[in-house]
Amino acid sequence: MIVQPILLSARTVAKSYGATAALRGVDFDVRGGAVNVLIGENGAGKSTLMRLLAGVEQPDSGEILLDGFPTKLRSVRDAARQGVGIVFQELNLCANLTVVENIFLGRNLGRGGVIDHAAERRRADEALARLGATFTADTRVSALSIGQQQIVEIARVLVEDVRVLILDEPTSALSEEEVVHLFAVIGELKRQGVGIVYISHRLEELMRIGDHITVMRDGAVVASVPIAEASVPWIVETMLGEAAAAPVGGAPREGGEIVLALEDVIVRRGDGARLVDTVSAAFRAGEVVAIYGLLGAGRTELFEYAFGLRRGEGGVRLQGEAIERLSAADRVARRLLMVPEDRQREGLFQNLSVGGNLGLSSLPRFARRGFIAKAVEDRSVDAMIARLGVKTPSAKTPIGALSGGNQQKVVIGRCLLRDPVALLLDEPTRGIDIGARAEVFAAMRALAGEGLAVVFTTSDMLEALSIADRILVLSKGRLTADLPAAEANEGLLVRAANGAAVSPSAGRASRAALAH
Amino acid sequence: MTSLASDPVALLAKPPTPAWVALLFKARALIALALVTAFFSVLAPNFLSVASFLITAKHIATIAILGIGMTYVILTGGIDLSVGSIAGLAGMIGGALILNGVTAGPLGVVIYPSTLAVIGIVVAIGGLIGLLNGTLITRFGVAPFIATLGVLYVARGAALLCSNGATFPNLTGSADYGNEGFPLLGAGRLAGIPVPVLIMIVLAAVAAWVAVNTPFGRRVYAVGGSERAALLSGVRVGRIKTLVYVISGMCAALVGLIVASDLVAAHPASGETFELSAIAAVVLGGASLSGGRGTIGGTIIGACVIGVLGDGMVMIGVSEFWQMVIKGTVIVTAVVLDQLQGRIIGARD
Repeated sequence: MIVQPILLSARTVAKSYGATAALRGVDFDVRGGAVNVLIGENGAGKSTLMRLLAGVEQPDSGEILLDGFPTKLRSVRDAARQGVGIVFQELNLCANLTVVENIFLGRNLGRGGVIDHAAERRRADEALARLGATFTADTRVSALSIGQQQIVEIARVLVEDVRVLILDEPTSALSEEEVVHLFAVIGELKRQGVGIVYISHRLEELMRIGDHITVMRDGAVVASVPIAEASVPWIVETMLGEAAAAPVGGAPREGGEIVLALEDVIVRRGDGARLVDTVSAAFRAGEVVAIYGLLGAGRTELFEYAFGLRRGEGGVRLQGEAIERLSAADRVARRLLMVPEDRQREGLFQNLSVGGNLGLSSLPRFARRGFIAKAVEDRSVDAMIARLGVKTPSAKTPIGALSGGNQQKVVIGRCLLRDPVALLLDEPTRGIDIGARAEVFAAMRALAGEGLAVVFTTSDMLEALSIADRILVLSKGRLTADLPAAEANEGLLVRAANGAAVSPSAGRASRAALAH
Repeated sequence: MTSLASDPVALLAKPPTPAWVALLFKARALIALALVTAFFSVLAPNFLSVASFLITAKHIATIAILGIGMTYVILTGGIDLSVGSIAGLAGMIGGALILNGVTAGPLGVVIYPSTLAVIGIVVAIGGLIGLLNGTLITRFGVAPFIATLGVLYVARGAALLCSNGATFPNLTGSADYGNEGFPLLGAGRLAGIPVPVLIMIVLAAVAAWVAVNTPFGRRVYAVGGSERAALLSGVRVGRIKTLVYVISGMCAALVGLIVASDLVAAHPASGETFELSAIAAVVLGGASLSGGRGTIGGTIIGACVIGVLGDGMVMIGVSEFWQMVIKGTVIVTAVVLDQLQGRIIGARD
């Protein structure tokens, strides 16, 4: 076995945001010449740890060691100078510039403000060669595929001579072939002694590429072992802890009338690639349906089409009426409501109070002869605050003063005030703590109980299994499973999310197999 | 959940700012107004005389009426550069209607609309130009800055074309034509108060009330806060954005008429750079150019600061060149203070 020296480590690092502890004294080692996998549920603290290691943020306490010596990583640039580079999940490239221009953006080589094109070109070529790139340094980024752009992002980090490379869900937007190529690149970097930190939700991927696995839960490291000692079931169990044994949902129920139906929905990317590929589904009154899928599976795009925020093809029926040509406002008027994934930017009005945020979809209901009747508004808003248990000093409090979970309740409350027949929730538990999560789920169940069709997306398998009556799985835009939750299990969902079509009977079969 | 997390106030990241600091920041426009007024009262003995006060009040009114429309536009995160030109064009159209009437029908009959009808027609035209701005912005996706910049040129050109660059003089109208009384709009008084000031007070009161108490007003703030969130909440974002430019255009046309009426003449270059004073008033009044924050009351105070500053400097004989330097400094200082407020007080109102 090759020696794998520890290049970078975190020692009892802690980080809090407001009153929420994101990391509670975490130890983590990055070994050179190895792929160090980091896994955990959403909100377990992976991204925070990664941001600390890459210099994006500073720990509140604890220290970062580089080659065994304490150091401070003051910024991403500073970290890069010290040999720690990061590739973020979202691509940050300027499409209008060439590969070499992107690689040296903001840190051009040369003297006195004059760019040394030859040196840049040479260094870029070296980096691209190390990565086995099939394109040249003066290709325009707009001409590259997403996978190739990812290579550019990695090249951008490599020209800094990094010894530690952090990859945050690098495969979420990649095709199967691109993933294979990326893995070859990672293997090559490993041989060159680079320590790789690899964050992903795709369990099979981790098993394939990882050397060491660290599992996080609730801001702490719960296990750290060589990959040879890990297995998929063990990872799931470790990652979820006791939560795995405690489903939140009640008994699954049969739905009533079909409220919302999608017929052969296709949503295309700018280049024609299908983000959502011929998806048909029906959602019934009284039913909670989960749409499970990995990042980039097309969940958000499907919702945005259903809600009228995105162009596409295919039918959308709400209570039997074809609404695919209506504006989002007209769909809201017909009581189809949506809770967006990006709560801060798309869900909330930071300039309005809690009450202002809650009432915004229902202003006509508060109006008397064209003017808002304050008494009516206050009464409705206060009632909703009480009903959802929003923890706020008053309706007049600025929305920014609330915790993530309470902000989410406000966004949901705004939809409820509009009296919806169908409610779409895109990743409703993103970035909120476990307690608030349970309350949001309870609210969703209660709404279904009142006869709404409740549909939510999640990239958290267990969330899907424990909350929903029915689970749909999307994989690269295609619907690969549509099962009653009672017939689903982790293995099925993992397979479906990775592209294998699963039918209900297969679900039953594998459940039976598991029982033995 | 810890008990700390269950108390949302504890989640405010920053330590609380002393109340008096916050108050000083919030009242900074009023403080600035008090300071400039006191300053000029000492240096220019005539400044507080009734005559000069009334003149300043009229200047304030023109800035403030433009500012009211501009406040709505800026609240949605937009900008309207065309208001000065619309005012100029409105004055010219009003002048033409009063002097030459409308030629109607194949027989060439000339109809002279009454003064009130002239006002109505011209304000409606201002609204239509605003509709053009709004349509360019919402339907064709032109950035507000560019769309209204284009309309700025077109409207100014149209104003010059109205008379081939000449002034329409003597807009007194005539009892024979039934269109007398136009000068009252700008120069008249009611109970000793200039009519433009009364118009400003009424418009400001209505606009302030609409902003807070109607679904429209609430949606204007929402669109400025987050267009995407507004869309997701079922707000017809395009309609709201178009409407604010219509309102702004109507305010601008009214100001054009007031200026022409006050001078009893319509000049095609009238209203140049008015848009800058209006924007300055809105910003001084505490509105954020990125939208979602600002009040009509603040804008009125901002207009007062600009008006008092401008007239005061003229009265104490500051050179025109220095006037520009000082005005610019005041505006930039206001925005710097605004940024500081964001940083010091943290959570915004």
